Amino acid sequence: MDKFSVLRAAAAALPWANVDTDMIIRVERCVRTPRAEMGRWAFEMARYRPDGSADPEFPLNREAYRAARILVAGENFGCGSSREMAVWAIAGMGFRCVIAPSFGDIFYNNCFQNGVLAIHLPKTVVDGLLRALGEAAAPPEVTIDLPAQTLTAPDGEVHGFDIDALRKKALLEGLDAIGVTLTRARAIAAWQEADRARRPWVWADRP
Amino acid sequence: MAATLFDKVWDAHVVSELGGGVDLLHVDRHLLHDLGGSAALAEVAARGLKVRNPGLTFATADHVVSSAPGRTGGAHDWAQLLVDALRLEARKAGVRLFDVGGEEQGIVHVIGPELGITQPGTLVVCGDSHTCTNGALGALGFGIGASEIVHVLATQTVEQRRPKTMRARFEGAPAKGVYAKDMILALIARVGMAGGVGHAVEYAGSGVRVLGMEARMTLCNLSIELGAKIGMVAPDETTYDYLKGRRFAPHGAQWDAALAWWRTLPSDRGAKFDREVEFDVSGLAPQVTWGTSPEDAIAVDARIPDAKREALEYMGLEPGRPIAGTPIDRVFIGSCTNSRLSDLRAAAEVARARRVAPNVQAWVVPGSMGVKRAAEAEGLHELFRDAGFQWREPGCSLCVGANGELVEAGARCVSTSNRNFVGRQGPGARTHLASPATAAACALAGEIADVRDFLA
Repeated sequence: MDKFSVLRAAAAALPWANVDTDMIIRVERCVRTPRAEMGRWAFEMARYRPDGSADPEFPLNREAYRAARILVAGENFGCGSSREMAVWAIAGMGFRCVIAPSFGDIFYNNCFQNGVLAIHLPKTVVDGLLRALGEAAAPPEVTIDLPAQTLTAPDGEVHGFDIDALRKKALLEGLDAIGVTLTRARAIAAWQEADRARRPWVWADRP
Repeated sequence: MAATLFDKVWDAHVVSELGGGVDLLHVDRHLLHDLGGSAALAEVAARGLKVRNPGLTFATADHVVSSAPGRTGGAHDWAQLLVDALRLEARKAGVRLFDVGGEEQGIVHVIGPELGITQPGTLVVCGDSHTCTNGALGALGFGIGASEIVHVLATQTVEQRRPKTMRARFEGAPAKGVYAKDMILALIARVGMAGGVGHAVEYAGSGVRVLGMEARMTLCNLSIELGAKIGMVAPDETTYDYLKGRRFAPHGAQWDAALAWWRTLPSDRGAKFDREVEFDVSGLAPQVTWGTSPEDAIAVDARIPDAKREALEYMGLEPGRPIAGTPIDRVFIGSCTNSRLSDLRAAAEVARARRVAPNVQAWVVPGSMGVKRAAEAEGLHELFRDAGFQWREPGCSLCVGANGELVEAGARCVSTSNRNFVGRQGPGARTHLASPATAAACALAGEIADVRDFLA
């Protein structure tokens, strides 16, 4: 997994609440599109017109957002289906960080599995960011400092954010979650052995 | 200290505390399906690892398989490739597969409980957000992403942050024509689709105790539509009666030992929840959604609200008009929400000796081969066919369209599934969520209809 430390980049505003993962990536793309091409199909229903051209109504089609690597969105972002392709699609568009007042629980976990930093901030702060980004003509820059756990808004205001210590460490060091857990193989084996005695029915073989 | 059902089951699965409220949890049951199962198994092998506990891992083909009568797998090359890949990878890894053509194939969240794989107090995960369905048996079930699937295969554990708890109490008895689906849609309408984010929900109260197991599954299934990854119902005699004798349920002396533990699981008196919601269901009317979120549910005899302009535009609806009487094109009775025997019986009671309206194409897709056989033994397939419904093969089908079965752009479908998101059933498709009985009534009427008019 790619490491994440300090990201200073243009940010894009998607001022919509309850963006579901079906909207982020359609199920047929999950089935039939290679991971490397998913960015092209992110938000396809809103992003493209029926003739395939970019829909100017879709916020992320704004020229000012072309180089954006930070996405700011409304509450409950990534709700619905567990499809991790939603994160692959967003990452495929170039985003390394998503900011919202709240996230779908499964999507939130999936972000960190892919080196994407998901940050939840109070709704008033996110609304302020959405306004600032929405009004800006030039690409507005935001700085995310993961070691310091701060976000610097385009107006220079600094906001602190919370993140689990484990997730922070994994992002900073680019850790592989499976590799880390495999170092606990002995604890897992001990737990399983004890559980076979405690709840033998869970472990019973069936023909 | 008084503990909740959720706390007891969570605590029973902690392998290691990782700090900051994050635990490494043991997974008792890992269910794989055709959409991501083969890729995850292949990834484990590519990393030079093995599936740690193939005996705790089960696979089925449901998302991409065709529901057409006579199907043998996917209806398209790309779908068949996924089915074949799952067969190959499951065999290589020694994972049991409930394959197409077998008598145990079905939607993953239908067969888990049906085969007794899901049991009270087990921790169940699957790469599908509706894994919360399993909570109906007092299990702790939640959906995971593709990376977490590989993690579980390789380690039989999953890292999770402990959620907050919420208790939703349903009190009173629902009226005739009102079902678990109506109860949970009404709750989501009240609390909002983000109302449960970060919470594990326990459904309790007299309105839940009287529900059968399958209705409880419907309730728990829509937890994720409330924003909650986990929904649970405390196990009771209904649960134990349901489980007893099922293929993977405990037998003999192990049954007695299991039962003794299961009886300790319900929330203790005085257990504290971070949030409490109470809902009186006695005056509830059948529900139907009008918008593009499950929270957009109203009584079937209500008027379309003047809200969410874009949703109304997508749905082709005018605010202020009654929702009943809106002409429809399709009806889908199926999905992990509402495809079990009791669901089909409820729909059949409405459809009996009547005819589907000529302008409507209506499908019944049983949730599993087990459901299909049981329904056929009661003659429900003939009843549905005589009424003009298509009687199809088990799978996810039109709920998500991953198999290529779609509702046409602009067409209006009353669906017993769980999501009315934009494009969920196909680009431009308009979905109205409802109970199986309401869906059947709509099929007969050719428009959104009040099922109570058919149950006189």
